[in-house]
Amino acid sequence: MLTVENTKQWLFTFADKIKENASYLSELDQEIGDGDHGSNMVRGVEAMEEKLNESDSSDVSEVFKTAAMSLLSKIGGASGPLYGSALIGMAKSAGEDDQDLATLLQAGLEGIQKRGQAEQGEKTLVDLWIPVIEAVQNNTLTKESVQKAVEQTKPLKATKGRASYYGERSIGHIDPGAASSGYLFEALLESGVVNG
Amino acid sequence: MKKIINDPKNLLHELLEGFVFTHHDLVDRLDGTNVIHRKYRNEGKVALVSGGGSGHEPAHAGFVGKGMLAAAVLGEVFTSPTPDQIVEAIKTADQGAGVLLIVKNYSGDIMNFDMAKDLAELEGITVDHVVVGDDISIEDTGSVGKRGVAGTVLVHKILGAAAENGMNLTDLKNLGEKLVSNIATIGVSLSPATVPEVGKPGFTLAEDELEYGVGIHGEAGYRREKIKPSYEIAEELVTQLKNHFNWAQGERFGIFVNGLGATPPMEQYIFMNDVQKLLAQDEIQVVYTKVGSYMTAIDMAGVSLTLIKMEDDEWTKLLNEPVDTPTTF
Repeated sequence: MLTVENTKQWLFTFADKIKENASYLSELDQEIGDGDHGSNMVRGVEAMEEKLNESDSSDVSEVFKTAAMSLLSKIGGASGPLYGSALIGMAKSAGEDDQDLATLLQAGLEGIQKRGQAEQGEKTLVDLWIPVIEAVQNNTLTKESVQKAVEQTKPLKATKGRASYYGERSIGHIDPGAASSGYLFEALLESGVVNG
Repeated sequence: MKKIINDPKNLLHELLEGFVFTHHDLVDRLDGTNVIHRKYRNEGKVALVSGGGSGHEPAHAGFVGKGMLAAAVLGEVFTSPTPDQIVEAIKTADQGAGVLLIVKNYSGDIMNFDMAKDLAELEGITVDHVVVGDDISIEDTGSVGKRGVAGTVLVHKILGAAAENGMNLTDLKNLGEKLVSNIATIGVSLSPATVPEVGKPGFTLAEDELEYGVGIHGEAGYRREKIKPSYEIAEELVTQLKNHFNWAQGERFGIFVNGLGATPPMEQYIFMNDVQKLLAQDEIQVVYTKVGSYMTAIDMAGVSLTLIKMEDDEWTKLLNEPVDTPTTF
C-alpha cells in the first residue's frame, strides 16, 4: 500500500542509488550512447529531492506529480520525457480510487510507451518495466529478479533511441535506461513498499 | 582533457552569459532560462524556434536574429533541452502568427519538443514543427530515421528568410519538409569529441585513422580507413551523396562544407575545392556555396558535406538574403 511517506521514501532511495551509481550509468552509456546518462539522471534526482523536501504533499498522486515535473525539467535528453511521462502516468493512477501497485506501474509503463513509441525488445526502459510489472503482479519481485531483468537487455539489438545507431554493435551491452530503472525498483523493495 | 572551462556543471550558464555579453546588441537571454531570443521583432509574422544540446556552437544560438531564428533553446552538452524551457522560448518568440519548431531528429529532441508543443498549445499558441533528418551515413536506421546534422542550418536560413518575408505557418512547414527531402549530409571524423562532463573522448581512432559517417555527437560511422588525401575523402563522400540523389547532368545543387570543431578553415577550403572538382566532372551546376564551422561537435576533427538539390530557384534566393545574427550565414 502506497502512502505519502513510503512513496517519498521510495523516491529518495531511488535518488540515492542514482547518485551512488552515476559513474556506472555513464559508463554503460559510453558504450552505446554519449556517456552522460549518469550525470543527467543525477541532475534530475537532485532537483526531485529538493522539491519533495520543500513540498508538503497530502496525497501520493501529488508526490508523483512533483517528482515528474522535477525530472522532466532537469534531465533533458530522452530520459527526461520518459521518466517524466512514467511518473505523470503513475500520478494519474494514484489519484484514482482503486490503488494497486501493479496497476500504478502499468500506468507508468503506458506513459513511457506513449511518449517513446517503443515496444518490448527494442532495448529500452520498456524491457525492464514489463518483467518487473509481471513480477509485482505475481508477488515475485526481488532484487535478483530486477537485476536479472536489467541483464536481459544485454543480448537485445537497439532499434530505438541513440543506441540504435550502433545497430548490431549494440548487442552485448546493458541498456543504460533499463539500468537506471532497475534502481527505481530496487528502491521500491528497499523502501518497504513491497516485500521482496 | 585540456579545455578552457571551469566546473563543467556551470558550463551551460557560463557559455550563455559570455554569448549574451558579446552579442547584446542582437540577442538576450530570457531570465531564469537557457533560452536566447532576438531583440528584433517582426509582429504578425511566424517565428522560428530551434535548439538542442549545446556543443554544436555556433548552432543554434548563433543563428538567432533577423532573417533566421526568433529564439534558440540550449540543453546541456549533447543533451536535449527540457519542455519547460522550450515552452518559454515559444512564448517569447511568438509574434502572433504562430511558431514553427525546427527539430533535429533525435529521440530526446523529438520528445521534449513534442511535449513543449502540447504545453504551448494549451496556452493558445499555434505551434507546428519540422523535423530535420539529413545524415545519410546509416542506411538501416530502423524506425528512428536519419539524424539531423549540418543541413539543419540550411533549413534555418531558408525558412528564416521565408518567414521574414511573411510566409504563413502551414506553408513554412510544407516548405521545410520539402527542403528536408532535398538535403543530404555525410561526415568524416579524424578524431573524436570530448564531452567536458565525461572527461574522455567518446570513441577512439588511431592516429592514422579516419571514420566515415560519424554523427555530431560521435555516433559511430560506417567505415574506418587509414587517413588519405583530401581528394580521396571527397571522392568517398561525394559518391555516397551521388548515390543518394541519383543526380543527372545539369542539375542544380548547393554545397555546404561544415567544419566539425577542430578542423581549420584551411582544410575546409581544400576539401571544398576537391568537392567542386568532383561535381564539375558530373556537370552538376553549383548555385550556392558555403564553407565554415557552423554545426560543430565540440572538438571533433573532421568535416561534413551537405548538398542541397535546388528544386526551386527561390531557395537559392532565400539562402542569399541578408541576416542580422551573431553568426552570419
